[in-house]
Amino acid sequence: MELTTVWFALIAVLWIGYFCLEGFDFGVGMLLPVLGRSEAERRVLLNTVGPVWDGNAVWVLVAGGATFAAFPEWYATLFSGFYLPLLMILVALIVRGLAFEYRAKVDDDRWRARWDVALVVGSFVPALLWGVAFANILHGVPLDADSEYAGGLLTLLHPYALLGGVTTLLLFLTHGAVFLALKTDGPVRRDARGLASGLGTAAAIAAVAFLSWTQRDTGDLASAVLFLGAAVALVLGVLAVGVGREGWAFVGTFAAIALAVAGLFAALFPDVMPTTLADGTGLTTTNAAATSYTLGVMTVVAAVFTPVVLAYQGWTYWVFRQRISVHHIPAAGRVPEPQR
Amino acid sequence: MDLDTLDIARWQFAITTVYHFLFVPITIGLSAIVAGYQTAWVRTGHEQWLRLTRFFGRLFLINLAIGVVTGIVQEFQFGMNWSDYSRFVGDVFGAPLAIEGLLAFFLESTFVGLWIFGWDRLPPRLHLATIWLVHVGTVLSAYFILAANSWMQHPVGYRYDAVTGRAELTDIVAVLTNRVQLVTFPHTLLAAYMTAGAFVVGVALWQLSAGRSRPGADRSEDRGMFRSAARVGAVVLVVAGAGVALSGDLQGKVMTEVQPMKMAAAEALYDTEQPAAFSLVTVGSLDGSEELWSLRVPHLLSYLATGDLDGEVRGIDDLRAEYEQTYGTDPGAAYYSPGDYTPVVPVTYWSFRLMIGLGVAGVAGGLAVLWATRRGRAPSSRRWVWLGVALPLMPLLANSFGWVFTEMGRQPWAVFGLMTTERAVSPSVSPTEALVSLLALTGVYAVLAVVEVRLLLHYVARGADPHVEPRLRDDEHDPERPLAVAY
Repeated sequence: MELTTVWFALIAVLWIGYFCLEGFDFGVGMLLPVLGRSEAERRVLLNTVGPVWDGNAVWVLVAGGATFAAFPEWYATLFSGFYLPLLMILVALIVRGLAFEYRAKVDDDRWRARWDVALVVGSFVPALLWGVAFANILHGVPLDADSEYAGGLLTLLHPYALLGGVTTLLLFLTHGAVFLALKTDGPVRRDARGLASGLGTAAAIAAVAFLSWTQRDTGDLASAVLFLGAAVALVLGVLAVGVGREGWAFVGTFAAIALAVAGLFAALFPDVMPTTLADGTGLTTTNAAATSYTLGVMTVVAAVFTPVVLAYQGWTYWVFRQRISVHHIPAAGRVPEPQR
Repeated sequence: MDLDTLDIARWQFAITTVYHFLFVPITIGLSAIVAGYQTAWVRTGHEQWLRLTRFFGRLFLINLAIGVVTGIVQEFQFGMNWSDYSRFVGDVFGAPLAIEGLLAFFLESTFVGLWIFGWDRLPPRLHLATIWLVHVGTVLSAYFILAANSWMQHPVGYRYDAVTGRAELTDIVAVLTNRVQLVTFPHTLLAAYMTAGAFVVGVALWQLSAGRSRPGADRSEDRGMFRSAARVGAVVLVVAGAGVALSGDLQGKVMTEVQPMKMAAAEALYDTEQPAAFSLVTVGSLDGSEELWSLRVPHLLSYLATGDLDGEVRGIDDLRAEYEQTYGTDPGAAYYSPGDYTPVVPVTYWSFRLMIGLGVAGVAGGLAVLWATRRGRAPSSRRWVWLGVALPLMPLLANSFGWVFTEMGRQPWAVFGLMTTERAVSPSVSPTEALVSLLALTGVYAVLAVVEVRLLLHYVARGADPHVEPRLRDDEHDPERPLAVAY
């Protein structure tokens, strides 16, 4: 296999890792006011992802860095082209990360309420916009002869892209609800299960519509198989949570996201950013790629260290495997508000 | 106001990078000091080390959080604002960035989660290993990102491909062992230890001279503990400060060879001199071309630049003539812009002095604290509060001025000799878009700065929690026990 194909696949793997892991963090963040009716319950939600959210978030940084190294043209065109949506995502990720870390640092209701808003909005914006961004990559955007983005902000908003955004939003909400059903106990667990079934049904409808649309426009045999697998995994996952098999349900939503993203990349290949302009130059795995020397160096590094990363991240989930309920939440630190 | 995308993008890069680097050195250095305290606790079982671990650990985490989230912007803004740069250098520059993510970011962020929440889940030695791995992650991160920056100062291990119009990697080892990198990495790393040392001293001084003990706490015991903290911080500050000076000296000599214009601009030296004096301060025209009065140390610039008291140091005017010969004419017109090869001299001149001056002042403060805490003494006069407040700011600002100097001194180049900054900017980004980004990020960063400082001061004033012995969980026998640490 060509190194450019290997790196296309590796970048797909990084995005799959990001959406499968950070996806449930986004879901938990958005469900905070829904499933966390008391302060103790909200803290239950936060502590299911507390030890792992930061490690999950790194996947997108590595995806960005790997794209820079392996496909510099793709990195340059994508991030300068999708400028304002990406800026919104960055600001959202900033306030959301701090919400996790700072919310419990001061024992004051207004302080916590503000960080709750930051967490909900900061999870909602990327959950929606990553879907919009990926749909636009697949759909193609106006790239001129120099592969520079020639559209505006509104170019990126069309029905297919919005459907992509709604799909990721609903998928991550479902994934988060299933994760909470798996990781909590008591009323939060019960409510999360109930919510997961409803959200899952909506997510399945959106996903089937979006993936079929994608398959019709740019799909091939591989993407068809992957999309079908994603749909089956999602339906089985939603059914499993309905009958209380939370572990299997999580496997289902995890696999559904992984297969759907894999399918999107399969549908994209060998393009990385097609153009909608007749005289434009679209980007492919070939014309956007770094040299084979750079790709070779990077392949060695990735081959050695990716398994190590997977091992220690997996171990982290094992260390923190215990279900959390309101019994486990210690009293707030009795930290008076900072003096003004 | 007539701003173009280039100006806005430069301001954004300067603001976001300097801001990010206020948190980075404390993260690097404080992770090591906290790991050191925890090691002392694991080895001696003395409870003061555990209390210090937790006290400074919390300050470390408050600081780390902003460092992490502002780092996200750094990873993406090359593509957003500097897309032509990214196209031109991605083959070379992208590799260390990607390796940094895979080797360092994952390590740092995964193990910091294990450290925060692992107190009652991991055996003490394993838990101790997690904070050391966080530190290893920060050091690896520094190595790779500085290798990328060093390549911009002194490109090596690449060839220019005229067909693709880009720089292409030919030797990754050369990039990772760039001679600029080999002096920049120790300089920056030691400066980070220095900064964290000063931070620890500042906090401890505040506790000793102004802090009230918590109700029920043993005041004399807390004083002993913070005296130990102050001494550890001061030793780190002074020893690392000496290392910063030594590595900085080596760095100056390498810089004189690979970027002589930067050294000339550091002194505002227009005419080549042999031997050359170093001016501590100058009163005169802003760009240093005319001076009314200056305080000069003879031969010092010759020594700093060449290692020889009588060495020749080339001036800005000579170098500019040479650069115009080398770069100013075709055939490289696609990437070379002829014209003014002089950096903004007032900025380089004063940032260089402020970097050195603030660093030296920091070390002097550290020595004063070591003297004041000698043989069991502990300062208690309120006057020490002011040193406690000022001391952390000295290396912190010295870091900022160091970066301002090294990046402004490279101008007009983004990649020295290969690509000017004006050609690096994204052609497809409008000034309006860039301005929205600049204002949004600056606004968010300003709010976060206020929040962060308030939180830090709050926890500094609160002092160290009473000792609580960590106890491992036993979920089978005690499944309802509250978590030791919870958000």
